[in-house]
Amino acid sequence: MYKIITKEEVAPNIHLIEIAAPDVALKSHPGQFVIIRLDDKGERVPLTIAGVDLQKGTVSTAFHAVGKTTKKLAKLKAGDSLLDFSGPLGNPAEVENFGKVLLVGGGVWCAPLHYVAVALKKNNNKLVVVAAGRTKNDMVYENQLKAVADEFHVATDDGSKGNEGLDFINDILKAQKFDHAVIMGPVSTLKKIVEMTKPYNLKTMVTLASLMVDGTGMCGACRVTVGGETKFACMDGPEFNGLDVDFDELISRQRVYLPEERMASMIYDKLGGSVKRG
Amino acid sequence: MAKQDILDRIHNFYEVALGYTEEQAILEATRCLQCPNPRCVQGCPVGIDIPAFIKEIKEGNYSAAASKLKEKNSLPAVCGRVCPQENQCQELCVIGKMGDPISIGRLERFAADYERKAGVTIPEKQPDGATGKVAIVGSGPAGLTVAADLVKQGHEVVMFESLHYAGGVLMYGIPEFRLPKEIVQAEVEYIKNLGVDVKTNYTIGRIFTIDELFADGYDAVFIGSGAGLPNFMGIEGENLGGVYAANEFLIRVNLMKGYLFPEYDTPIRIGKNVAVIGGGNVAMDAARCSLRLGAEKVYIVYRRAREQLPAREEESENAEEEGIIFRLLTNPIKFTGDESGWVNGMECIKMELGEPDASGRRRPVPIEGSNFMMDVDTVVIAIGQTPNPLIQRTTDGLETTKWGTIVADEETGATSKEGVYAGGDVVSGAATVISAMGAARKAAQGIHGYIQKKKTGQ
Repeated sequence: MYKIITKEEVAPNIHLIEIAAPDVALKSHPGQFVIIRLDDKGERVPLTIAGVDLQKGTVSTAFHAVGKTTKKLAKLKAGDSLLDFSGPLGNPAEVENFGKVLLVGGGVWCAPLHYVAVALKKNNNKLVVVAAGRTKNDMVYENQLKAVADEFHVATDDGSKGNEGLDFINDILKAQKFDHAVIMGPVSTLKKIVEMTKPYNLKTMVTLASLMVDGTGMCGACRVTVGGETKFACMDGPEFNGLDVDFDELISRQRVYLPEERMASMIYDKLGGSVKRG
Repeated sequence: MAKQDILDRIHNFYEVALGYTEEQAILEATRCLQCPNPRCVQGCPVGIDIPAFIKEIKEGNYSAAASKLKEKNSLPAVCGRVCPQENQCQELCVIGKMGDPISIGRLERFAADYERKAGVTIPEKQPDGATGKVAIVGSGPAGLTVAADLVKQGHEVVMFESLHYAGGVLMYGIPEFRLPKEIVQAEVEYIKNLGVDVKTNYTIGRIFTIDELFADGYDAVFIGSGAGLPNFMGIEGENLGGVYAANEFLIRVNLMKGYLFPEYDTPIRIGKNVAVIGGGNVAMDAARCSLRLGAEKVYIVYRRAREQLPAREEESENAEEEGIIFRLLTNPIKFTGDESGWVNGMECIKMELGEPDASGRRRPVPIEGSNFMMDVDTVVIAIGQTPNPLIQRTTDGLETTKWGTIVADEETGATSKEGVYAGGDVVSGAATVISAMGAARKAAQGIHGYIQKKKTGQ
């Protein structure tokens, strides 16, 4: 069992949890993920690591409560436990002294992006950071990202704070020369930003949250076409150069279980979201 | 041996083969000639004293029979169910020359099942002074065997498993109707009770490398990480929705109990017409699962002929009985999808058999112009697995082959890296449970010898 040490709702339906897992904490790097399982009937859900505390032996991760498992997880409190917490999985994000780096985070992904940003800053990169959310109330890790950025921008879908939409990134790309880019967000956001960076041939690393079961290279559920080759997001990624990724295939593969996910979530809501405390 | 009625069993995941009653077991055991030079034992990769355990059954000492089995085999309830006995012990049985050989596997299953219900005895440890600390990577048949052998000899054994249950392929690969998971967990529990520390959720190569294990004080490491990386055909449409690797399909069904969705949270989606590509045991398992999940038509699509099916005869027969349709000498060349990206068809080509290839089997050759379409909405690709490359990638000095398998000495399991041993599918490529256990028994001896030498300098 893996104990929840702290839990906080950082934006509506977006939660940050800190789990006691000293061995995982010791070995985690930015860009890697964990797989959690809540109880003995639970599914295996991958979540990207948002940070570690080596003193406390904890690993943090942020999640959006949208499906059955994440809704259940949102109901747990500090002191409760998860049945399984497996990690670190996947390869660490590329971190070195690139020069000037563009970072774009969307919604819940701003938390793991911050973990990468801190590592890039330690490697003396200049960071231009864009934190995006649906509305001004949905911003996640805004202050933390701002603190690590050399240049900081905010964007919201509805324009309630900062720029309206992400199109302004085109202007940033036109005005400045970047050596590297890191994008974390929903696949639609990744695809959109990669379309912007492509004309500059800017290496744009995207973290792919593909469907996964084991997360160790066995099931092949997370397969994605990169540069014309089939890769496994869990083993070869999750970070890939977005310029080579077949996003349309990825988007269609992500929808495979949508009907079942909706059904599970609906049943869970109907039953009043009752949850067995671990 | 009685089987669950066909009309019932295609709608449930309960075990198909029901096992012997006491009377049946004694009757079968009585047929054994108790040969003074038993040939059956030569056919057993782990060297079970077969006549001795059968004699105990004949005399009604079922627990003693189980103890006899466990001297050489820590997983008798598993092996009694999934071993290809017809090609091993039973093939060599003298009685088999005149009629049916002794059903050694069924007797093994009977004794193991009896003991599990009656209560298991834990043997005493037999340390010889030179004991060490051993890490086992992977908790499948090979890892469990090495762990049991070494802990009985007094070593401190820690087993690392990446998934949330120990058992490896026995948990995620083989379906409930062939090997109930409760039985696997009972055998894992036995290994734990012997004193093995099992750490689940530990992916070696990510959380600790092999070198870090040595730095942490382990004297030796056994790699039994299996062959879990699925092969694909590399043809158009393979990444469409509804095209599964057999591993994904079986993990969802077996390990995650997808057939009980939504009571269990992991879904498995199956259509009306399912094509399983391949002819091995994994293909038969996937096909039979598909039927039980409610598919209307399930095809086995295999590029060679019936005689060359790599599956156990018993499994092909079970599949046929249950209504699986065999499309032999047929090979898919392309999958087509609908506008939502879901598979809706499969273009195939007919094959004929040419000259023998490297495997000694006649090579299937496509018949030009014989292309035809199959109407399918789910495809499971079961054309084999290779070892997961994670450990090989993260370990310096570990020699591997071009197929990604680890090079290990056949007699001792020793690899090119000092203190590192390997066995099972990660060495041989995908094979059987019992062959992995056979290799593991040798590796356990190899590791024991290595530690003895290291500790005593002899």
